[in-house]
Amino acid sequence: MRMKFFAALALTVAMGSALMVFATPPPAGSGSITGKVTYTGTPMKMKPIDMSKEPSCAKQHATPITTENVATGPGNTLQWVVVYISAGDEGTTTASQGVRYDQKGCQYLPHVLTMLAGQQLQIYNDDQTSHNIHPLAKVNQEWNKSQPPGSPPIDTKWDKPEFIAVKCNIHPWMHGYFAVLKTSHVSITGEDGTFDIKGLSPGKYTVTAWQEQYGTKTQDVTVGAGAATANFVFTATPY
Amino acid sequence: MTLKKFAVTFALGSMALLTAGATVSTAQSHVNSPDPLLGTPSVATETSNIDGITGHAESGKHLYRRFCIGCHGPDGNGQGMNAQWIDPKPRDFTEATFKCRSTPTGTLPTDEDLYNAITRGFVTTNMPSWRPLNPQQRADLVAFIKTWSPRWAKEKPGASLNIPPETAITIESILHGRELFQKLECWKCHGPEGHADGPSASTLTDSKGNPILPFNFSTGERFMCGDSNRDLYRIFMTGLDGSPMPSFADVIQPNDAWDLVHFLRTLQVALPNQELTLWQTYKAAHGKDLKPIGPDSAGGAQ
Ligand code: HEC
Ligand code: HEC
Repeated sequence: MRMKFFAALALTVAMGSALMVFATPPPAGSGSITGKVTYTGTPMKMKPIDMSKEPSCAKQHATPITTENVATGPGNTLQWVVVYISAGDEGTTTASQGVRYDQKGCQYLPHVLTMLAGQQLQIYNDDQTSHNIHPLAKVNQEWNKSQPPGSPPIDTKWDKPEFIAVKCNIHPWMHGYFAVLKTSHVSITGEDGTFDIKGLSPGKYTVTAWQEQYGTKTQDVTVGAGAATANFVFTATPY
Repeated sequence: MTLKKFAVTFALGSMALLTAGATVSTAQSHVNSPDPLLGTPSVATETSNIDGITGHAESGKHLYRRFCIGCHGPDGNGQGMNAQWIDPKPRDFTEATFKCRSTPTGTLPTDEDLYNAITRGFVTTNMPSWRPLNPQQRADLVAFIKTWSPRWAKEKPGASLNIPPETAITIESILHGRELFQKLECWKCHGPEGHADGPSASTLTDSKGNPILPFNFSTGERFMCGDSNRDLYRIFMTGLDGSPMPSFADVIQPNDAWDLVHFLRTLQVALPNQELTLWQTYKAAHGKDLKPIGPDSAGGAQ
């Protein structure tokens, strides 16, 4: 019991001092970290989504959209990878503006949305059908709300950093992610697999890349005045 | 590891009940209370409060070991030795996600919600009714359950849903409820006649990824979260967290909710009830004029 108490005390003290370090982040700099995220191996195929059960959505897509959990491009690039500063100067820790998430054509837009812990999040239903929005949070608390057509946006926020899978149980093909971070130094890879984390002051950083199927990869990067480079390679599996 | 040797003697709840009178062993328990987690309510101090009864986690711990451990497990994570045989799976208390709540989706239930769930049991699942335990014992168990997750130390339960007095059971009320069932797309999961055969029904999984079916209204099965019209009102307003059944609290007005309750009763064709009788009379005369519920019905999702 006594041991536990001291361990807890030590931890609290450690956390306290860590907080003090981050409480006053240095001003944003002109440095950046750019790079590309690719894979080796055989990834699962992007499959066309059959929305025939929801005609009001199906007709919004001239050609069927494809699954996005592993979105690949020419040259083995990976889209929708969240690349962020996981140690070093983490940037702004409070946000002045909210972020917006849309359900449109029975698809989540964007597929992965980044936000800060505590940042306001507004969820819209732009469709002519009901969605139930069901963030499967584990660190934060999961909830599950119906949002019929024409309802006001759902106003919410997440208190703790977590990658939260989002689904609609009514339309089982709808999958997305909330990437709740404690850093504003983040970039999501585009179709060409590239990212660009801007506004960094010179210094040492740990950079983490997260892909929803393949997990995280981390590397240390030193940033000078200009752009530093960091590339990430994930090992793909066909399932 | 003597801890691991702790013999889980009690298998299913019903068997455990047979020994309810026996003395509780004083051996060191393998109920791994999550005390070491920072901020977790401790077994020594956590309490519950139900209608004037104060439950104590310390006493609840012994009861848990005797009656609940076989299903909910020594670590409270729903992985007791019997869990593998059970579907749906026993609740994982470390997640503090509960189905039968009077509180908004995403919030902790009240002590009373947990107490009622334990008392009632979950008909149609392996979770027995614990009515044979006395109220003090059930309150003690509620207090103990709250020691499995740090959320209980950090958060307060949500505010209980305010349920206005029930409106009159009329054919207008039922018809309006039927429109809501169509418009809010309950049928996509529950099916046009409530037979659990809507277009999304076969694809549903719970939050742990296990397949789950919507409630089938037609079989005579009772609701897990209570049987009265007030219970039914609360069920769809707050939703069943951890399952695909969403909360409708933000999208249904109080009086409309009563209309929906009245309509849902008419789907329970195997359980004679007032709404059903009224509805059957109406249908005998006007059935032909009713648009079937489903994708092509006007007033639905265009
Ligand atoms: C035979 C197995 C079994 C035993 C014994 C058992 N449970 Fe359960 N319990 C379950 C199952 C299965 C569920 C989940 C049902 C569902 O999700 O539909 C559950 C769910 C629960 C819930 C969740 C309520 C909610 O609203 O989500 C509580 C609380 C609970 N049990 C308490 C207890 C307590 C206290 C005991 C001992 C006195 C106990 N259980 C013994 C199988 C069991
Ligand atoms: C996304 C699919 C889905 C939709 C939409 C849905 N439900 Fe459900 N519902 C479920 C599932 C799944 C269950 C069973 C949950 C369980 O067993 O834990 C359920 C259970 C229920 C129950 C029984 C709860 C109990 O205590 O046993 C009621 C009542 C209910 N739903 C009413 C409604 C109403 C009314 C609507 C529309 C306003 C609706 N549902 C919309 C999936 C859905």
